Amino acid sequence: MSEILATNRPLPAKPASGHASGDKRFKILEVHIKKLQFKQDALIEVLHKAQELFGYLEDDVLLFVSHHLKLPPSRVYGVATFYHFFTLKPQGEHTCVVCMGTACYVKGADKVVAAIEKFAKIKSGETTANNKLSLLTARCIGACGIAPAVTYDGQVAAKQSPEDALAKVKSWMEA
Amino acid sequence: MQIEDLNAIAEKHIGSRKKIIVRTCMSAGCMSSRADAIKKNLETAVKEQGLDAEVEVRRVGCMGFCGQGPLVGIDGVKEKEILFEHIKPEDANAIIASLKGVESNLEIGDPDHPFFAKQTKIVRANGGIIDPEKIEDYIAIGGYEALHNALTEMQPAQVVEEVTKSGLRGRGGAGFPTGLKWGTVAKSPGAKKYIICNGDEGDPGAFMDRSVLESDPHLVLEGMAIAAYAVGADQGFLYVRAEYPLAISRLQIAIKQAKALGLLGAGIFETPFNFNVDIRIGAGAFVCGEETALMMSVEGKRGTPRPRPPFPAESGLFGCPTLINNVESFANITAIIKKGGDWYASIGTEKSKGTKVFALTGKINNTGLIEVPMGIPLRQIVEEMGGGAPDGRKIKSVQTGGPSGGCIPAEFLDTPVDFESLAKLGSIMGSGGMVVMDDTTNMVEIAKFYMEFCKDESCGKCIPCRAGTAQMENLLNKIIARQATQRDLAKLEELCDMVKNTSLCGLGQTAPNPVLSTLKYFRNEYEELLQPDKFGPAATATK
Amino acid sequence: MSARTLTIDGKQISAEKGASVLQAATEAGIKIPTLCHLEGVYDVGACRLCLVEVKGINKLLPACTTRVAEGIEVTTNSERLNKYRRMTLELLFAERNHVCAVCVANGHCELQSLAYGLGLDHVRYDYIFPRWEVDDTHRLFGMDHNRCILCTRCVRSCWHIEGAGTKNVAGRGAKSKIITDLNQKWGDSESCTECGKCVMSCPTGALFKKGSAVGESERDRTKLEFIVNAREKKQWNA
Repeated sequence: MSEILATNRPLPAKPASGHASGDKRFKILEVHIKKLQFKQDALIEVLHKAQELFGYLEDDVLLFVSHHLKLPPSRVYGVATFYHFFTLKPQGEHTCVVCMGTACYVKGADKVVAAIEKFAKIKSGETTANNKLSLLTARCIGACGIAPAVTYDGQVAAKQSPEDALAKVKSWMEA
Repeated sequence: MQIEDLNAIAEKHIGSRKKIIVRTCMSAGCMSSRADAIKKNLETAVKEQGLDAEVEVRRVGCMGFCGQGPLVGIDGVKEKEILFEHIKPEDANAIIASLKGVESNLEIGDPDHPFFAKQTKIVRANGGIIDPEKIEDYIAIGGYEALHNALTEMQPAQVVEEVTKSGLRGRGGAGFPTGLKWGTVAKSPGAKKYIICNGDEGDPGAFMDRSVLESDPHLVLEGMAIAAYAVGADQGFLYVRAEYPLAISRLQIAIKQAKALGLLGAGIFETPFNFNVDIRIGAGAFVCGEETALMMSVEGKRGTPRPRPPFPAESGLFGCPTLINNVESFANITAIIKKGGDWYASIGTEKSKGTKVFALTGKINNTGLIEVPMGIPLRQIVEEMGGGAPDGRKIKSVQTGGPSGGCIPAEFLDTPVDFESLAKLGSIMGSGGMVVMDDTTNMVEIAKFYMEFCKDESCGKCIPCRAGTAQMENLLNKIIARQATQRDLAKLEELCDMVKNTSLCGLGQTAPNPVLSTLKYFRNEYEELLQPDKFGPAATATK
Repeated sequence: MSARTLTIDGKQISAEKGASVLQAATEAGIKIPTLCHLEGVYDVGACRLCLVEVKGINKLLPACTTRVAEGIEVTTNSERLNKYRRMTLELLFAERNHVCAVCVANGHCELQSLAYGLGLDHVRYDYIFPRWEVDDTHRLFGMDHNRCILCTRCVRSCWHIEGAGTKNVAGRGAKSKIITDLNQKWGDSESCTECGKCVMSCPTGALFKKGSAVGESERDRTKLEFIVNAREKKQWNA
């Protein structure tokens, strides 16, 4: 009897695994979400992982997260756009983050930004047309003792002058 | 894990120590100047020069004197430590050779420099001494003893009592008495309670908490565990900014190590006490330093604050009673438990007890982290320890408290640094950022810098902060562009008052402070930029 | 059921324990200006218009989220409070593009009537004139972001009453925006049930029924309250 019942019962739909596109990164993201026990309060952790994997958060990724955490898409989008750290647009090959904290500001970080903006013909928050460089500013990276600090592709550099920054950026643009 | 096991770890570790210890600062500041390469080269040099048996090269956290970094300190050669400054990776051989008495022309710092001599270290006692990635180093200097004492010899209420006696006040900026907060959470009914450590150090120009987390992560974990025992919580969250990757990775290591030794987890020190800590990584929102916004963020939501009451102590994270303290507050706890509340209360002033860590930056000769007793005159900090402004310029003002604080003009440098005195001057203690400005600094520009910051960081929930900061920034821009009149200045002042009194959370309520304090002390700089009013003298701004 | 006695504007009143100051005042016939408050959904204390003075507390408190307590003395109407309320409205008018003469909600707009009520006759701040679009892709409804005051009433009724979660806030600060799903066109939304509760909730002309002309946007908000009372308190006669 129980056997019949078991066979007659429609099998539970197998939870969708990975992503229709077959992109392996979705699979990795899924494992991460599982590790966080599909907890809805882990949304920010999941978005961090997603950005690490994909470089930025495109709609497809946000939708994937929303389905897996069973959260309305608008909630996921609302959170992703609330925090500076998440970006919904693809970034350039190299990123240059100028710290604009107070200590860096009083030591001339604004001049560093201005110099790069002028040279690369982009504003902070933008990426050059050739996709080589994204220029960003940070609120304070806590490296005030070595102000002004600039982060080139994740590496913090100390006491940067506009000339130092330009030299680095030029080397990327010409590479 | 029992106390005997803890002592055994400490003894074994001390026994294995070598005679000479070469400490390499590997905190974010020095790391940016290739401290990792320095350490590697030092290790190679030790091997090559055959000093393996006597010399240990140790990774340590922040030594404090960041402006002189990268730093290498040497113990066990002379009576006092030898401190090498501005070290490059290629200097490694010379440093190791100097241990054998070979002269070098490397820059050697003075350990008696007022920058060091005037400090009283409680929170930063182990910073730059121990290896933050080795729990044995922490245990060897008496780590986790305070937790053991609290768990086995004290009732939770006694722990709260001790913290209350110490007079410790919240180091996040507002200065709320920590013992009172703990007592409230302890008394709040609820089977589930949470501990949150606020490591969302958002004030630009502040890096005290980063350095503590990077240099001595176990100190914070132990403080949190003691707090959890005192208030009856079993789960903690450490909220750290995403901008601090090194701090995050060291905390992850520390939590793993503490769990492996049973110092976190279930049945700590074979008592019924359980405590787990999870890290929550912020994502770049200054407003998340506000406690209700931070809790929203821990819950994975948009970090918008909510009105208080109810206070987190009654209804906080996931609706449960929650104790939320800042990194530095937790870092004070082990010392208070070990040495007693009375000892702690003997340091500092009548109303502000203990020490405070400051990040001394800006136009000053000696930048870095200092820990000083409360009540020390500001002048001693900036002139003696900081060595005054560079290039022979004059100090014009000192900014404390970041975007929520104010600028203290040079004529008040003799003010003692404590909660009340700073508030009286229209600034705040804040979390400990201290940005020095010299006479080339334009104060209206500084006010605009902070207002722009607050406008960008406003969460947008309440109208006064969202729309008010935008209008105030607009008015400041007009003043700077010499397009404003007395009437605009009056509007600005009126908006400051309104935003301060009607905003929902601390961000909005304090956003006008930089404008108000610069107006108070440097009003002439504003007025010099004003244009004559075509329509006669300024009418009162509202009817 | 225990009661609390308090004084509001000099009038002795009693209110249920746990009631908000706003509820207590409303029951006693005292009107406190509100914008983000909506009967039927939870309060967020965001618009700051209902701020009141409580004797002995030096901070102003929002009436909608402050609970009544025994013996408190509340002032809802003072020179200072009304000045702040006028300034709050001025800030709102300057923030986006509110042009009453061409608005569907003209005459039925809460922002407009509050401004009339507080005697606001002009705005002293510079208008920001931001560029915001109008989303008219939905079959039945439209959203004009120019008229949005970010009170989040639509977000809350969509989530709390309808349970769809179609609308939320994206971005932050002055760049905050009410979105549909993944910031897509309303007409493309998969989660929207077309129930119209958001339109009913909107205090201004930001959300409207398609086809309504200037001044035609009347809304029956009691329906929202009715649903919630029926569902949560099992009260079918609101």
